[in-house]
Amino acid sequence: MSRSERSSDTDVDDTGGQAVPGDHADDRPATPPPAHTGSMATRRLGVAALVGLTATLLFGLVITGPEETQRDAARLLYIHLPTIAVTYLAFFLTLVGSVIYLRRGSAFWDLVAGASGEIGVLFCGFVLASGALWGKPTWGVYWQWDPRLTSTAVLFVMYIGYLAVRRLELPPDVRSRRAAILGIVSFLNVFIVHYSVQWWRGLHQGQTIGLDTKIEGMMLFTLFLALASFLVLYAWLLIHRFRVAWLAREHDDLGLARALAERRAESGRRVSPRVS
Amino acid sequence: MPDSPVIELRGAISLIDRFPALAGVDLTVSEGEILLVRGPNGAGKSTLLRLCAGLAPLSEGYGEVLGFRLGDRRQRRELRRQTGLLAHSTFLYDELTVEENLVFWARANRIDLAAVEPVLDRLALSNRLRTVRVANLSAGQRRRASLAVLVCRRPRLWLLDEPHAGLDVNGRDFVDGLIKHAIAFGATVLLASHDYDRAGDIASRTIVISGGQIQDDVPSAPPAPPSTRPVEPGGPRWRPGTGDNEPASTGRRTS
Amino acid sequence: MLRDTWLMAVKDLRIELGSRVVTAQILPFGLLVLILFGLAISPDLLVTGDARRSVLEEIAPGLFWLAVLLSALMALARAFALEADDGNLDALRMAGIDPAGVFLGKALAVAVQLVAIEAVLGFGAVVVFGVPLSDPLLLAVTLVLATFSITLAGTLYAALASGLRSRDTLVPLLVLPVLAPVLLGATLATRDALFADPAVPGWSWAMLLAVFSLLYLGVGMLAFGPLLEET
Repeated sequence: MSRSERSSDTDVDDTGGQAVPGDHADDRPATPPPAHTGSMATRRLGVAALVGLTATLLFGLVITGPEETQRDAARLLYIHLPTIAVTYLAFFLTLVGSVIYLRRGSAFWDLVAGASGEIGVLFCGFVLASGALWGKPTWGVYWQWDPRLTSTAVLFVMYIGYLAVRRLELPPDVRSRRAAILGIVSFLNVFIVHYSVQWWRGLHQGQTIGLDTKIEGMMLFTLFLALASFLVLYAWLLIHRFRVAWLAREHDDLGLARALAERRAESGRRVSPRVS
Repeated sequence: MPDSPVIELRGAISLIDRFPALAGVDLTVSEGEILLVRGPNGAGKSTLLRLCAGLAPLSEGYGEVLGFRLGDRRQRRELRRQTGLLAHSTFLYDELTVEENLVFWARANRIDLAAVEPVLDRLALSNRLRTVRVANLSAGQRRRASLAVLVCRRPRLWLLDEPHAGLDVNGRDFVDGLIKHAIAFGATVLLASHDYDRAGDIASRTIVISGGQIQDDVPSAPPAPPSTRPVEPGGPRWRPGTGDNEPASTGRRTS
Repeated sequence: MLRDTWLMAVKDLRIELGSRVVTAQILPFGLLVLILFGLAISPDLLVTGDARRSVLEEIAPGLFWLAVLLSALMALARAFALEADDGNLDALRMAGIDPAGVFLGKALAVAVQLVAIEAVLGFGAVVVFGVPLSDPLLLAVTLVLATFSITLAGTLYAALASGLRSRDTLVPLLVLPVLAPVLLGATLATRDALFADPAVPGWSWAMLLAVFSLLYLGVGMLAFGPLLEET
């Protein structure tokens, strides 16, 4: 989806200068499309995210030293908890965007929903991967049927399905509508899956990745730091991803003006301007 | 005589999959007209018909058919019930018989089942063919069955996409008779056809579409007022050729 | 709406009676899956601590429901394949049929087919895995509720994939994660129904299935209007 980022994509002026009414001449941007999706805001966010994450690593790995037996397991929490929180936030935003899109047909919210969904899947996958990588040295296993992890795995696949629907070969508005419906129902499923899996594992009083220790003091601070950093990271990713999608859409719309002109030219003769 | 047109399009653009099938159409059609739509393949004839049926989207511009605004989803839904489309798809279930299809579609369209039998009769489908699966019919017979559904629905606006294609002379005569009969009862007809001679005979007006726009708009001989048109009571009958009452020996394969 | 539901369901079932795809293709597939499970999980493996019970028998409930789920996927995909050809969806739109009726009608038709599949597979499971039966009522209730859950949710999701060539690969991806809780609930409730497992509150799980069904009944009816509207 990065084809729209080239600033050389300004061939909109090559229609030979013939103004055909109704060809959306007003829709062409007065300035060429941006060469990249960055801006002041994203640069600030990016720096903040970088700083925050580095600090989190520092605090998480070094400064909060291991004192109790659960400490190493707890370290994973610094990453897991914020990542899961952001995942749910991302999917929630997908829900919101989908609802607004269905009610108002706003392309903006459709793209927000899609971008957020992608990032949500990304973070979700990260939770699973980090859990596996951490689990092996810490507990000796890559995978546990911990209720949260299991729910997350199901969620992961579910929203991959959402992404698949967003790429279907369908007319764009049909595709967006189906994706929106899926975006809404999938969030419902988050609760159903979470609850049922929790209940299922609860029957077995099995081990959980949770903590028995209380979180306080330095640990609490690190946790909040991690959460804030991941939120900033999410925002940064979201803005960029959204802008890419938005530019891609604009690119398609510009293509429309030309497509109209080409279509009309099929008739093989000059079309006298019509008032529409 | 109502003075509002049956179809009114202004600058209508219809995007099918981001392709501008219709790139700015202006058209006004009054009740009782038989409009022939001509144009090269891919010009947008089918899309124009589908637009008037309420199936294709109106992406930009203004459109009103049978008093329903095309831009309003709810009105478009109402519009669909009152238009009849005959297209390349059969709109029939291959696995069901002719009779089962008619009964289903009649019920789906809220049509009294009592109206189905005479239609089957007129289209010469009430004989052996009624219990034949649509998959086993020949192309012409399938077209006949599709027409039967259309006739049952009695739409105010008929949209026929190449109705003569694949039919023999009897079939084409029947279609012409059907059109005249419909007009006599207050309907309006748009037909897209490559059979210019035959279609040109019955059409009251011809438009030419090319490049998604209307290039030409020519009235033919003005249509005779309804009362003087010769009409078979109850509508025309299909006179099948010899051997046309049997299912095709090789039908379309269904899974 | 109920009228349209009945109309669609009867039509779908009539088509099935004529084409016999479920009975001739999907049902044998389900049986095959059961047998393959037997091959994959040796019948000689015994549950540790209980020399009388084989592993296969122990996990029979889960295997049964897995086989049912996989068969249901095919039935659901087929339900929408029927409309995809010959522009029938367009014709349904022209007829002004109630979208909720389309949803419920299709779900009902698939449910009937699924019950038939479950009956045969259940019989097969009992024979192949050799399981006891402690609570027939719970089993019956579970079967009904699970069937509703699968068909109501499945019909909605299968509709999202309708009309596409990638349908066969997309339907499983969309449907299975959603039905994971149903698999859980049905398996556990069946466990309790068959083995009278004291650790498993079978009826509670059955209630979960009921809630799931109701939820998707509502969601499906709401969502089908926009879904069917393709322009």
